[in-house]
Amino acid sequence: MVATSQTPILEARDLVVLRGAREIVHVRALDIEEGGTLAVLGPNGAGKTTLLLALAALLPFRGELRFRGAPVSDPHAYRRRIAVVFQRPLLLDRSVRENAELGLALRGMPPRERRSRAAEALGRLGIAHLADRPAHRLSGGEAQRVSIARAIAVGPEILFLDEPFAALDAPTREALIADLARVLRAQRVTTVLVTHDRDEALSLADRIAVILDGRLRQLDVAERVFSSPSDPEIAAFVGVENVLPARVESIADDLTTLRVADRLIEVTAEPPVGEDFPLLCVRPDDVVISRDPATTSARNSFAGTIVRLEPIGRRVRIVLDCGFPLVANVTVRSARDLALAEGDTVTASFKATLPHLLPRHRAA
Amino acid sequence: MEPILEGITGAIARLVALDADVLAAASASLAVSGTATALSILVGIPLGAVLGLARFRGRTLALSVVNTGMGLPPVAVGLFVATLVWRSGLLGGLDWYCTRPAIVMAQFALAAPTVIGLTAVALQSVDPMLRTQLTSLGATPLQSAWLLVRESRLLLISAALAGFGAVISEIGASLMVGCNVKGDTRLLTTAIVLEASKGEFGSAYALVFILLTLIFAVSAVTTWAQQRPRPL
Repeated sequence: MVATSQTPILEARDLVVLRGAREIVHVRALDIEEGGTLAVLGPNGAGKTTLLLALAALLPFRGELRFRGAPVSDPHAYRRRIAVVFQRPLLLDRSVRENAELGLALRGMPPRERRSRAAEALGRLGIAHLADRPAHRLSGGEAQRVSIARAIAVGPEILFLDEPFAALDAPTREALIADLARVLRAQRVTTVLVTHDRDEALSLADRIAVILDGRLRQLDVAERVFSSPSDPEIAAFVGVENVLPARVESIADDLTTLRVADRLIEVTAEPPVGEDFPLLCVRPDDVVISRDPATTSARNSFAGTIVRLEPIGRRVRIVLDCGFPLVANVTVRSARDLALAEGDTVTASFKATLPHLLPRHRAA
Repeated sequence: MEPILEGITGAIARLVALDADVLAAASASLAVSGTATALSILVGIPLGAVLGLARFRGRTLALSVVNTGMGLPPVAVGLFVATLVWRSGLLGGLDWYCTRPAIVMAQFALAAPTVIGLTAVALQSVDPMLRTQLTSLGATPLQSAWLLVRESRLLLISAALAGFGAVISEIGASLMVGCNVKGDTRLLTTAIVLEASKGEFGSAYALVFILLTLIFAVSAVTTWAQQRPRPL
């Protein structure tokens, strides 16, 4: 979980990055807690990498950046206390060992000490046996491990990771994420991970900052960002596909009754203050599909017609017409066992405890 | 074909016999062009690195000047250097007219733009993110530049070779400022012109083959240095 201290290790206030006259990133306030892993999550082009480069003092910005409570007035000195791993490994045409030692050599560390530190870092990433291999003979996954080893060898107080797995194939990515998670846990190094991949963010981060159009839109513990996105755009980005306009009918017995189209839906979530027409958010994974009318504890069950079946990897995305559009995800096996076909009538259910409610219009 | 065959056999004979004039011209060519190239590398790589990596007002103009310098006619350079080292010239006090230093100066003026220009191009072709990565690792601008120069070493060897090639085979400038003094400033190229002007084509061809052999030898060594397995 997030280790907190009195002062965040890094604070950004009114951080603005300009391209020409255009603000491409504007973050009013962002605190990086020491020892934690913050994922900066957003779609391509949202400004994630630009934000990371600004936080690492690698490009000009306006605003305030405070490291351990003091303004970053000497970017070079600050950069010698952090490390950055980019999407591509960016290794020099030298041996793996020399690459792993590079940050230490640039800091003037004596050869014997840096060799030992680099060897330890390579060992942590499981590539000690590659130490003498020329960097240009490494696979993509091995090269990225060297890049990460080079970063952790300097003992950074903050480790910035800019989509470090994006260029890797799935098995390599999964193995590296698992190893990196282990290293980060063991070293308790404060980490900022930029990614567009929700699974990566959930695997590594304890807090998630969602950035859209260069603005920080939500900062919360990882689970809450996915279960309770703060506005419809974030909901759409984090995979909450069912965002339904609703009207509050009544609030009683800890249940809010909403009308969606001509159906009544009960949820335990309270509507936003003063909002009679909230948006109802239901994750497709939370919708259960059955052939027979449901006899479960789920408060919400609707007969619906399957409009479309879309196999996506190991899942099947089902688009239903229940009098309102509803998307559900089931496994390929469930879809096969239920013999689902387009045009079939099925029952869709979800618990009252699962949806959450958003205000119809995001506050400016 | 006869003069060419005569030239080949003549070249072999003069080399085997260690002909003093040929050896003097060959060693003068190597010494003068080698010195000019070395000076071009010393000055050209740092300047090329600045032009390739730094961003400053007037950079494009400076690059245009360098690119123009890559195509300078040797006779124009020779004329300019001759004016400088002439007895009444700006550097007349050095008494360099008709000496090897004057040829070195002229050849430096010819080789340096090539080394500067190709170095700038080599460094501009390095992945810009690598520079950001080095900065993030705590490199100072000087450390970054040095590492990027090392990363570009294959292209920089080519730049040096191009600089050497530009001066070892030039004639106009060397003739104008060196005066073709036998045993001193007579280079292989100026000796070839002299022999050809006397109608001694066999002798001229012999010198041509020796010059080509010399260029091939230097190219072979630098190519070997460029292509050998990289040291770790």
